[in-house]
Amino acid sequence: MAKKLMKGAEAIGEAAVQAGCHLFFGYPITPQNEIPEYLSSRMPQVGGAFVQAESEVASINMLYGAAGAGERVMTSSSSPGISLMAEGISYCAGAELPVVIVNIMRAGPGLGGILPSQADYFQTTKGMAHGDFRLLALAPWSIQEAADLVQDAFDLADYYRNPVMVVGDGLIGQMMEPVEFYEDRQPIKELPPKTWASTGWKRDRPKAIINSLFLDPAELERHNFHLKEKYDLMERDEVRFATYGAVDSADVVIIAYGTVARVCLSAIEALEQEGIKVAMVRPITLWPFPYKAVREVASKAKDILVVELSTGQMIEDVRLALHRPRPIHFHCRLGGMLVSPEEVIDKVKAIKAGTSEEVQHA
Amino acid sequence: MPEAVFVRPDSLSDVSTHYCPGCTHGIIHRLVAEVIDELGIRDRTVGVAPVGCSVLAYNYFDCDFHEAAHGRAPAVATGIKRARPDLAVFSYQGDGDLASIGMAEIVHCANRGEKITVVFVNNAIYGMTGGQMAPTTMPGQVATTCQMGRDVDLVGHPIRVAELISTLRTPAFIARASSHSPLAAVNAKEMLRRAFTYQVEERCFSLVEVLSTCPTNWGLTPAESTEWLEKTMLPYYPLGVFKTPDGDDRAPLPRKP
Ligand SMILES: Cc1ncc(C[n+]2csc(CCOP(=O)(O)OP(=O)(O)O)c2C)c(N)n1
Ligand code: SF4
Ligand SMILES: [Mg+2]
Repeated sequence: MAKKLMKGAEAIGEAAVQAGCHLFFGYPITPQNEIPEYLSSRMPQVGGAFVQAESEVASINMLYGAAGAGERVMTSSSSPGISLMAEGISYCAGAELPVVIVNIMRAGPGLGGILPSQADYFQTTKGMAHGDFRLLALAPWSIQEAADLVQDAFDLADYYRNPVMVVGDGLIGQMMEPVEFYEDRQPIKELPPKTWASTGWKRDRPKAIINSLFLDPAELERHNFHLKEKYDLMERDEVRFATYGAVDSADVVIIAYGTVARVCLSAIEALEQEGIKVAMVRPITLWPFPYKAVREVASKAKDILVVELSTGQMIEDVRLALHRPRPIHFHCRLGGMLVSPEEVIDKVKAIKAGTSEEVQHA
Repeated sequence: MPEAVFVRPDSLSDVSTHYCPGCTHGIIHRLVAEVIDELGIRDRTVGVAPVGCSVLAYNYFDCDFHEAAHGRAPAVATGIKRARPDLAVFSYQGDGDLASIGMAEIVHCANRGEKITVVFVNNAIYGMTGGQMAPTTMPGQVATTCQMGRDVDLVGHPIRVAELISTLRTPAFIARASSHSPLAAVNAKEMLRRAFTYQVEERCFSLVEVLSTCPTNWGLTPAESTEWLEKTMLPYYPLGVFKTPDGDDRAPLPRKP
């Protein structure tokens, strides 16, 4: 297919359809309304269903039903809506259901604001809800990458039988960029038939019970270890990141993800002109986090700078990535304000000049 | 050759249940299973269990099942039915599950006219968690969170779910039945049969509220429980068909069991 200029939200919706997802359940919330709006007319065209649910609580439980019946299914929302889905996402993880959830993050806490933010990093990566589970989280930095990652998300969800979240900020939803969908796209994983799904029991397989309840502690412990094995495989096989700039000899290495990383890349290119060598590691999977890549690039750089649209949630993972305590510098904007390339350039120069204060930890 | 006149329905698994002696959850399971058998839809039926005493219903019905989060069974059923319209989908829910935490899900599921069947078991109590007040607990009824009896001035009156849902404009089959006597059970089965039939015919949403006993948390013997249901619940929760998709739907049609 030729490249087409698309708004992020529409590209995300179309990517789901291209991935064979014919079911969407969601509840309106800014700044992602264009996703359900697009799919409300697109799903019927492919013989699928769009349901505007009564709440995000209902949406995620509709996903639980549809995924349990063996079909590809997606919802999208923004931060407060994701909080409401937390219980249901935990149930999906417990019942091992492949569901895809898009979170176009907005600033918080509470009702917060409707503008771009990365305030849900902890929520996404550190235990969205109760119980011992993990969420595979993909963070695109462009519309093309959003379209690609949404399609990959369905394959990953099916392969691991686990919820997968695509996390973007408001810019990913609202920007327009050329997007290409590939007609001959193959699944990125070998996907077995869903013999576990509740499709009506014709006695040709064991009875399907879509369930997260295990009252016998020994059985639940086995289940927990089984889930842990899947998470270990994801950590081994699914880490995604990209590196940029002078990765072998940087004065400063930047760690940033999503659209913030694009801003940082502009800054890196400008700094290069001035002879200042900056590298960047961009996590594409927020979980599993690219600890090794961050460690390796950081080990060859003099200083480390984290740039985020949150008060520093990702710093925790960067610290975990480093072998030994090292100074970390940090720059952020909050509340829906955006980081500019100039701010990043100034920050890098301040680090080099020794006038940037490093992040203090008790 | 002696002929078996009373056998386990095929749609019930050959296992013993965990229900307390005298609890009518088991009877309601049986009625649902008989209807599924008689309609010949077992191999395309998917049930949705609630959180409540019937949380393990997936072990008792011999068909594919989902176990839903507390109150969300109508949303789960919506997901299944939208994914696979060829399946017969039913939820089985208690009164805390459906009329308290899951009130939004049931109202909107009914209002969208999802072609599913809801078996709503009203025992006027939170059975599983040990006898707390439910939205359906009777005025003056003692529960562990209203130890002097339900005070309607403080917590409002019990919710009549069948009546409430039948005010929605969307065509539906809404009825209330009971399980406290053999005759009532026969009537309940007829209501369930109609409800499932409307679904199989792809007509409409259907809900049957079935009054049920909880001897354990009511603090009564099984015999006292059926008597209490009849004397206390029946006058407040009249049995009957409240709505049919054919339009004769506003006024309740009381039906003596
Ligand atoms: C989110 C959530 N809140 C609370 C509970 C605890 N809980 C389990 S069952 C139940 C009440 C069930 O009562 P009802 O629906 O009337 O079913 P019954 O046991 O009477 O058949 C509650 C409150 C839960 N499992 N999940
Ligand atoms: S607690 Fe009540 S509702 Fe639950 S099984 Fe016992 S009698 Fe039945
Ligand atoms: Mg109850």
